[in-house]
Amino acid sequence: MARFILKHIVRLALLLFAVSVIAFLLISLSPVDPVQANVGQAAWTSMSEAKRAQLAEYWGVDVPIWQRYVNWLTSTLQGDLGTSLRYNAPVADVISWRAGNTLLLMAVAWVVSGVLGFTLGIVAGVKRGSIVDKVVKAYCFVLAATPTFWLGLLFLMVFAVALGWFPIGFSTPIGKAAADVTLLDVAHHMVLPAITLSVVGVAQIALHTREKTIDVMESDYVRFARARGMGTWEAVRRHGLRNLALPAITLQFASISEIFGGSVLVEQVFSYPGLGQAAVTAALGGDAALLVAIAVVSSAFVFGGNLVANILYGMIDPRIRRGEAARG
Amino acid sequence: MLEDGKRERAHDHTQAESHHHHTHAKTSHHVRGHHLLQVSNLSVGFRMYDPDASFFSAEQRMSYVIDDLSISVHAGEIVAVVGASGSGKTLLADSIMGLFEPNAEVRGELWFDGELMDQASLAGVRGHGISLVPQSVSHLDPLMRVGKQVEGFGSAGSAAERRARRRELFERYGLGDEATVLYPHELSGGMARRVLLCCALMDDPKLIIADEPTPGLDLDLAVKALADFRSFADAGGGVMLITHDIELALRVADRIAVFKDGAIVEETAVANFATPDTLEHPFSKALWHALPEHGFSVEGDVSAGGDAPC
Repeated sequence: MARFILKHIVRLALLLFAVSVIAFLLISLSPVDPVQANVGQAAWTSMSEAKRAQLAEYWGVDVPIWQRYVNWLTSTLQGDLGTSLRYNAPVADVISWRAGNTLLLMAVAWVVSGVLGFTLGIVAGVKRGSIVDKVVKAYCFVLAATPTFWLGLLFLMVFAVALGWFPIGFSTPIGKAAADVTLLDVAHHMVLPAITLSVVGVAQIALHTREKTIDVMESDYVRFARARGMGTWEAVRRHGLRNLALPAITLQFASISEIFGGSVLVEQVFSYPGLGQAAVTAALGGDAALLVAIAVVSSAFVFGGNLVANILYGMIDPRIRRGEAARG
Repeated sequence: MLEDGKRERAHDHTQAESHHHHTHAKTSHHVRGHHLLQVSNLSVGFRMYDPDASFFSAEQRMSYVIDDLSISVHAGEIVAVVGASGSGKTLLADSIMGLFEPNAEVRGELWFDGELMDQASLAGVRGHGISLVPQSVSHLDPLMRVGKQVEGFGSAGSAAERRARRRELFERYGLGDEATVLYPHELSGGMARRVLLCCALMDDPKLIIADEPTPGLDLDLAVKALADFRSFADAGGGVMLITHDIELALRVADRIAVFKDGAIVEETAVANFATPDTLEHPFSKALWHALPEHGFSVEGDVSAGGDAPC
């Protein structure tokens, strides 16, 4: 057990180190001049040479990238993630507020897509070849081929602009004091981005569960269960679900990375103040500290998702559990 | 059913007496004047593209895996259905249980315990009259403890009654209480076989269909394993033993049904296998000749059929 924990801590550390190095490298290679990007074109042309130099120093343009990285690493290891130059606030504050928004959005999308996809997959698999199966399959293929951002735009046009059921963006009502924002407000603003994310996430889990369901329905143990007098749906309930849940859970945890990637686009479309949107802003503005921090936090998050999938698999599947116990 | 009632009431036939296109063994009884199971002219086919035609011009046609098959099982006997591996014997078991693929086309009559069955009534006797003993441990849910699976979820009897029944069966077959908490992959081969048998007996069947229940066991062990079926038959049940192993069939069964090309070509008492002269069909005679003690000789008729005899 101790070995297991240690092994994963080392892996996580190596992963985060690699991610931070690559993020810094990419920023140094970026053609975006942070000074120009942040003060705007008009201000830049009318600016004095001295002012430009001062700003360049503020953004650390002339410091070699390796030195910036070493500075960043030493302060980060001491617990200081630095200051976001773009938001002019400590990176930790920027991230923690936005991570809350993003996590809420992702959690809703993750649960909805998981439950919906699992259910659709089972129904389609059991009723293979029927009209239900064809509809589910068509839905999945179309959605798997649909760009997330495009679907988000479509939803915005239909439900926010044309029908006016939902706000067109942001996580809270515009012009309302933070103290007055109700839970209902938050939920109301989250519906469209969350639906966009889940609707796309459904396809993969549904198609995968459908295939698995077909395997399970053709398996010897379901055949035997039916030979013992069980009806189709009872056999699915008694023997199918537990055998199907295992791969579905693994897949769903592993898909956290995809939902995360999708959230970057969705947050952009819905102007939703989450990590994804901040990442785009940071990258376009040359805000190294913020971008690297977001990259590191999201890597840790995805790593955590995969780890949970691993651990759950071992906990649920007796074939793995007993094997581990036997080895000590 | 098909027979003259007066004659049926006499019920027991003499050894190797022929009636109804089959001969009887001593143990074959006609309880209440009918066969326990009577399958008449069963055909099971699938619509498929003609494999002989070219890809573009292939037309769909029916392919019959089981073609005009008839077989009977009496109370008190073990009937061995003997045929080559992969010749559709498992499909026969599925058909008798009424478990068809959705695209299967099924014709024929099936009588169980004197009643003509249809799809609905067959579903009713699955696990409540007819029980399957499957081939291997893969027929158990890998993620459910063995005890729970043997007890099952049937509507018959409360959970407590089923637990008591399961305990009684486990005791009878030498399975300790510790076996109940094991998962299927933790069972040894011998335990798995007994667990599968307990699953079938749990439902108190009249007829057991055993689909290759002794894979991987040598003849002596297999005969020992089949003693459980013997005692079930002796207690008045019927057993249809589906196997590719004719030596095993001759040792434990009362009657042999020779399965070839989707049909039963001969259904006869084991006693008739003493000499090829009492066998009627050329394929049965060829099987006899192919037995180890008769020199494994393969005569013209078998090789022409293209099937290995066992």
